[in-house]
Amino acid sequence: MSGASQIDANLKIVIVDESAIRSAIIEEGLREAGYAHVVRVAETRNLLARIYALDPDVILIDLENPSRDILEQMFQVSRIVKRPVAMFVDQSDTASIQASVDAGVSAYIVDGLRKERIKYILDTCVMRFNAFARLQDELDHAKSALEERKVIDRAKGILMKAKGITEEDAYALLRRTAMKENKKIAEISQSVITAAEMFK
Amino acid sequence: MSASERRLRIGFIPLVDAAALIVAVDGGFTAAEGLDVELVREVSWSNIRDKLNIGLFDAAHLLAPVAVASNVGIGHVRVPIIAPFNLGLNGNAITVSPILHAALAAEADGPLSDPAVSAAALARVVAARRRKGLDPLTFGMTFPFSTHNYQLRFWMAAGGVDPDEDVRLVVLPPPYMVESLANRHVDAFCVGAPWNSVAVDLGVGQILHFVSEILARAAEKVLAVRNAWAADRPDVVRRLVRAHARAAAFIEQPENRDEAAAILGRPERIGVAAEVILRTLEGRLKVAVDGTVRTSDRYLLVSRWGAARPDPVQATWLYAQMVRWGQTPLSPERLALAEATFRPDLYDEVIGSEAPLPPGEPADGVGAFAGPAFDPRDIEGHLAGWTIRRR
Repeated sequence: MSGASQIDANLKIVIVDESAIRSAIIEEGLREAGYAHVVRVAETRNLLARIYALDPDVILIDLENPSRDILEQMFQVSRIVKRPVAMFVDQSDTASIQASVDAGVSAYIVDGLRKERIKYILDTCVMRFNAFARLQDELDHAKSALEERKVIDRAKGILMKAKGITEEDAYALLRRTAMKENKKIAEISQSVITAAEMFK
Repeated sequence: MSASERRLRIGFIPLVDAAALIVAVDGGFTAAEGLDVELVREVSWSNIRDKLNIGLFDAAHLLAPVAVASNVGIGHVRVPIIAPFNLGLNGNAITVSPILHAALAAEADGPLSDPAVSAAALARVVAARRRKGLDPLTFGMTFPFSTHNYQLRFWMAAGGVDPDEDVRLVVLPPPYMVESLANRHVDAFCVGAPWNSVAVDLGVGQILHFVSEILARAAEKVLAVRNAWAADRPDVVRRLVRAHARAAAFIEQPENRDEAAAILGRPERIGVAAEVILRTLEGRLKVAVDGTVRTSDRYLLVSRWGAARPDPVQATWLYAQMVRWGQTPLSPERLALAEATFRPDLYDEVIGSEAPLPPGEPADGVGAFAGPAFDPRDIEGHLAGWTIRRR
């Protein structure tokens, strides 16, 4: 992306996201790209009043946020609306709509702002959202690996005590059984723990 | 029906009016039709609308007016959406804070359960607040194109309260309603089940009206699909409609209600106590913290009395409200598109002819508590009868 000419540093951008970490990651991405006016909103109480006070050109909101419906009210003719805001999602650019929905983000822009001017913002946002999701996956994976390790260790201990075998033999027994049953070692270990608790 | 056509993703919002859809899937009715349905729980109507529009969902539990607005192209992009099945009539209620309830009771010249009495009382409360220089009352509703929005407006305007000038109407996601009432962010709200009952159980609100007291028949949510999608796979649509009709008939049998409530209450579906859902299905709601119960045989009609058949009069009534409140101009083309959103032909093709409606159902198909009968052939004349309107 040969961004420089497309980037409009004066655009005011609001990020509505209950995840403080994710919104910080997005803000950082936008600031690195040269956008100076980025505000993060985590608390959605009085959301409309806060948005009107901030008077943004672009609003980014995560799709897991129920407050998206509150933003829809901005399109309605009402005495408190200062200027109408239109949604970026139109039918002319299916690929970017798909990308943003897949990533879990939606964008709203002030009516009249040309789409090209915010394309870079949305692209950056989608990239950062996806990066955050990968990070979250890795973290979950690491957590469950740790959990599995604990379960296997407990099952090994139960087998060692019950059968008077070594740690290596206990592990080999778990592994053999898992292969035979076509299950994961952690699943077999969990069955051992459950059974042991029933025999208590 | 090809293997890929069998697999459907259907979005829903955790509300009791998704009952026919959830029971169709979890009760095995869609599987019996050879369909493999994945239900996807969503957090906002905007998400449901957008994911249906771009094809991430094959079908959706959708606010009836969002389907109409989408098909006509009001407020958003135009995406041809149709409703081959109505997920039910009524089911909403208006809940007010204990303070507002007391204020209304003090101004009422009759039983507050009569919407004409309560709306007139509201007009006096609003006038008194203005004289004292107090902030206008704030009412929560779920979406700009929602039945809740139009039901609140219809009710208060009939009493002389201008919903845009005299009070504030704000959008609130249903799960935020109760908290917003408790912390006095709003004074009242109109929402579907279970949220009114939750507010009453917590002692932060009192149910003022079942919406069925304001409109005898009001289409609430529809099973919405893209028109082009439906045209490509008429067999899938027929199976989907049949599965929904059977699930809805199952729910309507009193002996099945415990089972239906248990299915709906599951954490991954609506996620509230089955007992609260049962009260909704039976139309037997605790309306005040002191335990006062109000019952109605029309609180929520899932499919009895013709409730599941998409009635085009309902679509035109919703369009008339959009016109009345300045969301769109009145034109014969728009009216025709609105009317065509509801597709009784697709329903009749599967179900055949139904038992006639019981006596006492409104002749105009709506049965509003105030104003003249609704006539979709003369919306101009109908709206001219109201003094409070945006056009």
